[in-house]
Amino acid sequence: MEFESVIGLEVHAQLKTRTKIFCNCSTAFGAPPNTHTCPVCLGMPGVLPVLNKKVVEYAIRMAIATNCTIARESRFARKNYFYPDLPKGYQISQYELPIAEFGYIDIEQNGNKKRIGITRIHIEEDAGKLTHDPNRPVSMVDFNRTGVPLIEIVSEPDIRSPEEAGAYLRHLHSVVRYLDICDGNMEEGSFRCDANVSVMLKGSETFGTRAELKNLNSFKHVEKAIYFETERQKDIVLDGGEVIQETRLWDPAKSVTTSIRTKEDAHDYRYFPDPDLLPLVVDDDWVDRVKATLPELPDARMKRFVREFSLPPYDAGVLTSSREIADYFEDCLKVFPEPKQVSNWVMGSLLGLLNAEGKSIEDSPIPAHDLGALLKLMDEDVINGRMAKTVFEKMAQTGKTPKTIIKEDGLVQVTDASAIEAIVSEVLARSPKEIEDYKNGKTRVIGFFVGQVMKATKGKANPKIVNEILKDKLSC
Amino acid sequence: MKLYELTIQSAHTLLKQKEISSQELTRAVLDRIHAVEKDVNAYITVADDLAMAQAELADKTISEGNISQLTGIPLAIKDLMCTKGLRTTCASKILENFVPPYNATVVEKLRNKGAVIVGKTNMDEFAMGSSNEHSGMKMTHNPWDLTRIPGGSSGGSAAAVAADMCIGSLGSDTGGSVRQPASHCSVVGMKPTYGRVSRFGLVAFASSLDQIGPLTKDVTDCAILMNAISGYDSRDSTSVPEDVPDYTASLTDGLEGVTIGIPKEYYAVGGLDPDVSGSVKNAIGKIEDMGAKCVDISLPHTEYAVAAYYVIAPSEASSNLARYDGVRYGFRDKDRSDLMEMYRNTRSEGFGPEVQRRIIIGTYCLSAGYYDAYYGKASQVRTLIMEDFKKAFENCDAILSPVTPSPAFPVGENIDDPLTMYLSDIFTLSANLAGIPGISVPCGFSSKGLPIGLQIMGRHFNEEMLLKIAYNFEQATDFHKKKPVLQ
Repeated sequence: MEFESVIGLEVHAQLKTRTKIFCNCSTAFGAPPNTHTCPVCLGMPGVLPVLNKKVVEYAIRMAIATNCTIARESRFARKNYFYPDLPKGYQISQYELPIAEFGYIDIEQNGNKKRIGITRIHIEEDAGKLTHDPNRPVSMVDFNRTGVPLIEIVSEPDIRSPEEAGAYLRHLHSVVRYLDICDGNMEEGSFRCDANVSVMLKGSETFGTRAELKNLNSFKHVEKAIYFETERQKDIVLDGGEVIQETRLWDPAKSVTTSIRTKEDAHDYRYFPDPDLLPLVVDDDWVDRVKATLPELPDARMKRFVREFSLPPYDAGVLTSSREIADYFEDCLKVFPEPKQVSNWVMGSLLGLLNAEGKSIEDSPIPAHDLGALLKLMDEDVINGRMAKTVFEKMAQTGKTPKTIIKEDGLVQVTDASAIEAIVSEVLARSPKEIEDYKNGKTRVIGFFVGQVMKATKGKANPKIVNEILKDKLSC
Repeated sequence: MKLYELTIQSAHTLLKQKEISSQELTRAVLDRIHAVEKDVNAYITVADDLAMAQAELADKTISEGNISQLTGIPLAIKDLMCTKGLRTTCASKILENFVPPYNATVVEKLRNKGAVIVGKTNMDEFAMGSSNEHSGMKMTHNPWDLTRIPGGSSGGSAAAVAADMCIGSLGSDTGGSVRQPASHCSVVGMKPTYGRVSRFGLVAFASSLDQIGPLTKDVTDCAILMNAISGYDSRDSTSVPEDVPDYTASLTDGLEGVTIGIPKEYYAVGGLDPDVSGSVKNAIGKIEDMGAKCVDISLPHTEYAVAAYYVIAPSEASSNLARYDGVRYGFRDKDRSDLMEMYRNTRSEGFGPEVQRRIIIGTYCLSAGYYDAYYGKASQVRTLIMEDFKKAFENCDAILSPVTPSPAFPVGENIDDPLTMYLSDIFTLSANLAGIPGISVPCGFSSKGLPIGLQIMGRHFNEEMLLKIAYNFEQATDFHKKKPVLQ
């Protein structure tokens, strides 16, 4: 039996507004517990929410970027449930009338394009955070996060594999970062994902019963958890069993999902329109104003990189995968306008270095203009490619500019033909056997001579000149 | 005349002329409270020291030549409005010791005008009730007959005004909670248009229906307090940025050219006490005599109003009261072994039976599978009721009706019969569903000497019309001058 997985993702993105969604408290992460609170976000008696307009603006940005239809009038609704991290006993969210619906994004995987539908985007507030004392039967609650704005982006069940889920999620992540509406930090929980997963026989029209997976706090875990879950469900079906509707928690340490809640214990959230907030009206004018401030989005930037810089689509894809990498690349070009060479260095040397050190490009020890300057020096024959690699490594270690390093280490390339000729003569004088080989047709030996010359010049000789002189001398 | 018998207007005149000081006036009111409180039981908290300090400050302000109409005037506040540093209980055990760190906008506005807050008045717990029998704190008695209820939920505020235990007060009205006790206690009570007065700091019962309003000894005082509390507030998204007129300015305009609507459905209500219908008919006659024209109107969906209200209000309440969970403030039951038990015990012990009844009704109405049949349907009825009023106001400027079907009933009479209690809200709760303003003004006494009120309802933001009619009627009658006799 061949199976097909059916996956839909619910992504919560914390919006990086300065203040909370319904009060003026700061949204900053990491403050001492309960210092970013006020009567409104603590749900004291008699207080009322007042909507932060910036939150709406950010939601509109996301709606435009994901090709959604923006509702002229949407409504806030109360999602009622009891939990100590929820001070009002309800979360203000949107239910029947969300701010945006009917969108999509296009993802690409191994050269195959696919459109993933966005069911809806809605605005809501975050809850607080509980910590449990390991030594006493006591729990503590921190309300700093209470009322931090979120958007929830719900996909259609269009995703068919863990890899597709990963690609979709990475794309969304990149979009929120491009839009500058969310810092995308998955460990701190500012970008969170739940997955609805089911399996069905290939070619079937009816979806299987789904499980909702929670606690997926990295791209890797999303893929691994979905993989585990689809395998689990397939096994159940193959054994003649029936998958039940439930919520399952991903355990990253054991790499398994375990049931935390079945359908019978599902909450009845008793949604109803929040009478404390007016219907949210977004007119065309507002949408147009937001549209005018939108930055270039990943898809458009990738297409431009291919068109404007004649880069291979693969390069353009990697370089535009985050706004910061793309910005870095374009900043390098300002100093050294050779796109393919810059691309090679950024994708190869720089991203390799950053990956190895677990750093993101914002923390790059080498600023974009310095990398550009290095490549320019190479192009101008001040240094050769080998030296450039050395300088690059030193730049990464010290943060110094290429010029400084070249000067300090005396790394100027030797281009003086007479000086090189002297060294070549010396090398040839002590290598009669190799000359013999060369003359007998073993032309590969030229590499040996180049190596010897480079060794003698500590890598500083211009390889082009070395080659020319060698060929010239050996041919006579 | 005793100082505590003064109205806001007359006290203001004496304060302005420096005939009396705010400290004298406040002292007199506090003494009066302590003299009759054992009979009336109007207050949950009497703030003697705070009030005297505020009075002293008011006197200083007045001596500096700064006086507003409320400077130095002792007022009482329903214990549903937050007062910074002063216990605010909502007449509930669950908030018995709650001291808010902020003032409700209305309290802030009164304080900015120099008013003195003498205390916090009793009410039905979380404003759920029409008799004050559902207070979790105490039972307020009707000053006109101490064996009877004062009405509710703002029963303490109405009784305090009627018994001269304050010069004026604030209540809140979700389905008649200002107008009904005003009627039962022979004082003036107004529910403004929804959105006219900020709800910030008013502890929510049913957010789409709640509105703060004044309870006063006469119509002029009502207009003075309306001037003070009305207006847009950026902290309440449902308050409306509409200009606030000077409500005292048009009181003395005559009633010529005014058209009064008489809703036939209201007079067909079963159980309408003949004393009530008689008094209201007389009042209508009087208003006609003063030049107003009366026309018959129809509010066809009246019969569904009670049902719709008792779905919408408890639904909102079930959500609004979820925050009282014992986690952050207020009562927390000590007997608990896990989270669910803490919630269950805290809420079972902390809330009284009427509040629990409404939470259960509301929770049910919002539940999956029942929402459409209850909350959804009730919301549709609400729209129809709004349409009824809109149509009616095409043909009239104000609607006259009784406030309640009967005068104040004896304590305990309806306590085990919530349905009868709910049905007695028939004349008042439509105004809340439609968001329109309404006022209750004294219009007579029953054969047993119990007060009867006349309700006047008007168009959205047309409180001036109601005040004008009420004022003209008041000037032509003596009902507001009569005082209850307390030993």
